[in-house]
Parts: sequence; C-alpha cells; structure tokens
Amino acid sequence: MRKIAKKSYLLISVLMLILLAACSGNGTVPASGDSSKNAGGPVSAKIGVISYLSGPGAAYGEAITNGFNLALDEINKKGDVKIELVIEDSAGKQEQALTVAQKLMSDDDIVGLLGPTLSTEMNVVGPEADLNGIPIMGTSTTAAGIPQIGDYVFRNSLPESLAIPAALEKAVAANDAKTVAILYGNDDLFTKSGYDTMKKEAENMGLDILTIETFQKGQSDYNAQLTKIKDLKPDLILASALYNEGAVIMDQARKMGIDVPFVGGNGFNSPQVIEIAGDASEGLIVATPWFGEKDEPKVQEFVKKYEEKYGAKPDQFAAQAYDALYIMEEGLKNAGEADRDALRDALAEIKDLDGVLGKFSFDKVGDVVMEPTVLIIKEGKFQLFE
Amino acid sequence: MLLEQLINGLTLGSIYAIVALGFTLVFGVLGIINMAHGEIFMIGAFIGVLVTSVLGLPLWIAFIAAIAVTALLGYMLERIALRPLRGKQGVSHLAPLISTIGVSILLENLSHHIFGAGNHPFRNSFAEIQIQIGSITIYIVQILIFVISIALMLILSYWLSKTKAGKALRATAENLETASLLGVNTKRTITTTVIIASALGGIAGILVGMAFNSVNPQMGLSMGLKGLAIIILGGMGNVKGAMAGGLLLGVAETMIVAYGDSGYRDAVAFITIIFVLLLRPQGLFGKNTSEAGR
Repeated sequence: MRKIAKKSYLLISVLMLILLAACSGNGTVPASGDSSKNAGGPVSAKIGVISYLSGPGAAYGEAITNGFNLALDEINKKGDVKIELVIEDSAGKQEQALTVAQKLMSDDDIVGLLGPTLSTEMNVVGPEADLNGIPIMGTSTTAAGIPQIGDYVFRNSLPESLAIPAALEKAVAANDAKTVAILYGNDDLFTKSGYDTMKKEAENMGLDILTIETFQKGQSDYNAQLTKIKDLKPDLILASALYNEGAVIMDQARKMGIDVPFVGGNGFNSPQVIEIAGDASEGLIVATPWFGEKDEPKVQEFVKKYEEKYGAKPDQFAAQAYDALYIMEEGLKNAGEADRDALRDALAEIKDLDGVLGKFSFDKVGDVVMEPTVLIIKEGKFQLFE
Repeated sequence: MLLEQLINGLTLGSIYAIVALGFTLVFGVLGIINMAHGEIFMIGAFIGVLVTSVLGLPLWIAFIAAIAVTALLGYMLERIALRPLRGKQGVSHLAPLISTIGVSILLENLSHHIFGAGNHPFRNSFAEIQIQIGSITIYIVQILIFVISIALMLILSYWLSKTKAGKALRATAENLETASLLGVNTKRTITTTVIIASALGGIAGILVGMAFNSVNPQMGLSMGLKGLAIIILGGMGNVKGAMAGGLLLGVAETMIVAYGDSGYRDAVAFITIIFVLLLRPQGLFGKNTSEAGR
C-alpha cells in the first residue's frame, strides 16, 4: 500500500512539473498579431465565440453557431474582411463561460467576442471584457441591463423589455382580456427577467393577475401548475419560457382543455415550438425581431441557405447570430484595422445596417434600436398577428 | 381540483416509483448506486419516440423495443462497467459508483449526439384518450401508468420471495461468497438483476414519454436524483419502500404546487424526506439493523 502511495506521489510531482513547464512555455510565445495589421489588403481578424454547446440548452448554442458559420462563409467569400472564428463552449455555466472568455481575451489576435448565449453568463463575462477593453456582443442576451455593463458591451438581440409589451398589448386588445395567469422558469435570468417585464406590463395595463406559477429547466411534468391555472380560468396565459419547455407546457395545457392564447417572451419564439407541440401550439403570441416568412429577398435567401446547410428552418437565435457577424464585419471594415479599441468605436457608430432582422442601429449604450413584429401561430405556422 | 391534482400526483409518483424500483434492485444485490440508471431510463424514452413517432409503429412494439434495448444496455453495463471491478484486490468500493457515473455521461452525450438537444414529442393517439367525469379529466394513460407500476411491484415482490431465481438473488444480496459456495450462480444472478433493473428503467421512460410528451437527453439526470432520494426515503434495497416513497414524493410535489408556491416544489419535497429520515433513519420500510438494506 505504502509503495503505491509513494509511487503516486512521484507521479503527481512529475505531472506538476510538466504542467509548470507547459505554462511557462505558453507565456514566452510572442504575440503574432502584427500580420493582421498590414494596411494594404483586407482586414483580417480573429473573433472569439462563446456559446452554449453542451448541456440542457445546447440547442440554442447549436442554432447560434450555425448562424455564425453561415455568415462566416459568405463574408470570407466576399473578401472585404477576413474573419476567423474561435469557438468555445460555455456549457451554460457562468464559471465556464468566464474561463473560456478569459482564455479568448488573453489571445492578442482576438479583437472581439460574440456571445455568450445566456444573460446569466453575460453578467459575469461582460464586466471582464469591459475591463480588458475588448468589444463583446451578445446575440441572444435579452435580459435588462446587459449593454449598461460597460462601454465595450453590445447586443443585437431584441430585449424582452421591448418585445413583451408589444406582444401583450396586441394580445389583450384582440382578446379583450381582463385576467391573466403567469407561468415562468425561475432558475434562469432570461426567463425571470421576462417575467418581471410581463408582471410590470400586466400591472400597468390594469390586468388582474390570478396566479403566478414557476417551473425549472428540463422539467417534464407541468400538470400540477396547469391544473391550478385551468381552475382559475384566465383570459390569457403569459409564459416566460424557452421554447423547449414552453412547447411542452402548451402541449400539456391544450390536452388538459386550456384553450386561451399564450403570450410568450423572446425565447418562446421558434419554429421548433410547432414541431414539438404540433396543433397544441396554436394561439401562441410572440413579438420578435425575426420573421422567417417575411417577403424580402434577403430574408428568403438566408432561410434557403440555412435550410440547405443545416436541414432545419433558422430560428431567431440563428438569425441574430447571422446578423451579428455581419455587424462585426461592418465594424472591422470601418475600423480599417484589427484593433480592439478601433473596433469598439466603429461598432458604436453603426446605423441602419441592413440585415435579415431589418434595419439595425445601436443606441447610446450599445442596445438595440428596432421595431418588433408581433406573430401568432395559426394553422401550423407563424403568421402576422393583426 | 383536489381529485385532479391527486391523479396528477399519483401519475408522477408511479413513474418515480418504477425508476426507484430499478435503483433499489441493484442496490439491494450489489450494494452500489447505479448512477447510469437515469440515463438508461432516458434511452428507453427515446426508443419509444423512435418506434412510435419516427417509424409509426404501434405502442406495444415500442414497449418491447424499449425493454429489449434497455435490457441489452443493462447487460453491457454489468459486463463492461461493473464486472471487471468486482472482487479485484485493491479496487475501492467506490469504483463501481464512479464507473456508472462514467456510463451515464457517455449515454447522455451519445443520445445528445444522435437525437439532438431539444425536446422530442411523443406522438401517440393512445395518449389522447380521456374520460370526463364532471369537470374532472382523467387520461387512460394516467390509469395505465398507475396500474403498470403497481403490477410491476407485485410481480417483483412475488418473484423475489417465491421463485427460485428470486431466492438466489436474495441469497446473493445477503452474502455473495456464501451464496456462491452454496451453489448459486452469482454471476448470472447479478447479471439478471442489472438487466431487470434496466428494463424497468426503460418501461418508466416510455411511460414518461406518453404522459408528459417530452423526451430530451437531459431528463435522466433529474429523474435519477429523484429515484435516489426515493430509495433513501423508502429504505435502501426495499421494493415496497421504493413504491411507497415514489408515490409519496409524487403526490407531495404536486400538492405543493397546487396549494402552495410552485417555486418551493423541490425544496418542500426534499425537506419532507429529511423529516422522515430524522424520525426513521432506516427509511420507511427499512429494517432497523445496522445491516439494513444490504
């Protein structure tokens, strides 16, 4: 026994030595960012991506990186700017998001960051990026207060505080609703912030909130909450949920005989809802920056290309990611060099950039300026809600 | 409302109970916690989705397929992850636990890779059949789940106490070496146990798919933890305890949502468990000896 212990100590100390050696080796490698700064040819830059690629929310990260990769191919083919993406997995965890962000930031070749996927992750990564002076843009972080973190923090995702009131207003007017029930995921900043907005809006509009129910990510049984809601007979159900949970909630609700419309937040808006819940998804009302059926050549071309490449319709996450890389391209082009500060200043200047989401501008703090579209699921697809 | 919520609770509890039965069997015989059980349960659910929704075959084939696949997984779990560690000199008694955790990670990521990360619907017309009594809606599926779980418990109890194989299993649980000396084929007994436990997980998986219409690669984890809590509540290695514990937890969780705050669902459920264990440390049905549960 003792022999084994001795041997393992020896092994461990050897391993540690190797590790130490490896560390110092990393440190002495000179930063080779000079090649990207030659003024003649197109700007070439590396951009770090932090995405939720494994774990319960991996579906979102998948759509987001698909959007990036599609845009990347096009941008590099066009050749105004050469971009290289370095993609890291945050697994939806704050600490892992921070670790990979630090790893990306310490690479001097990387001039900008895209992601992370969740607002909770952005709350820890954002301040760090701001401190290090590297521009970071969230493509799916919709909670309140994200761009306010610092000068270097941007987002191109429509915040819930714009989307939810738009959807709620139209839904209430159309259904002459007076009472609502609220259902939200209480273990995620994204759905929680959506809930805060919903509650505030409902109170502002003088609606009677009958009950507030919660659920957790990855739960599969919502019957208890829904039975309670069914008994209270609300005119509308406000659900702040991501589509994966939201679709299952609608399915169980419709089966139970709850037939009132649902008003969802940003994360509820995905063609996947129809795929998962089928007929049960009828009557979901959402406000969205992204509408795939829009009669615009740019949008249709994106949908076609995305479907060809990935075999699924792009959702809002993919569309926002796609546009985000184009915003980065525009920023790099205007900056004229692969430099972090120049990129930040160029990003802040962006106005009326045409993307698949529509005309896009940043406001003073780096937040989104755009008009949301309100949609309803009818006859098995998203349609404009009038 | 009360009756409807009670039915919701019993449905959820029955599924918990079947998951816990699988846990308790393996623990009873091998004295280890099979952390891969939740993931085997998840694979069972996916097989159900594949057979009914993708291939469009009837439900009973889905059941057979799920049982077959999960039983095979159970066999492989025993052969690859558990048997090589058994009876070896110098292997820690925690080694099998770690190796089942490894299997669970493998299975979760494998199904993530094959099926994708999202929820998969379980399309089945059988799941829609309902009975209306006054304002109360009861689904045939809910009744079926309850009946299946009770039936499984009864069959398992009978098998363990009356049949030769069951007696061999209990002898093995009592003492592996003695049983082996007395002519029990312990290798086969252990393999059978793991296979049966895994097949139970597969059945539970299909039932969850039918009842809640939501199947995803991550569902194994939370179900596995609940199952673990239940066998502690019911008494480690005890079949009736797993059943009672499962039903209790299911009903408790549902009632908290119905009459309290849904945010405290898990908290109150687990506080209940702590209280029960304070009063009866050996669990509801556990034997009051130091060797309880072995």
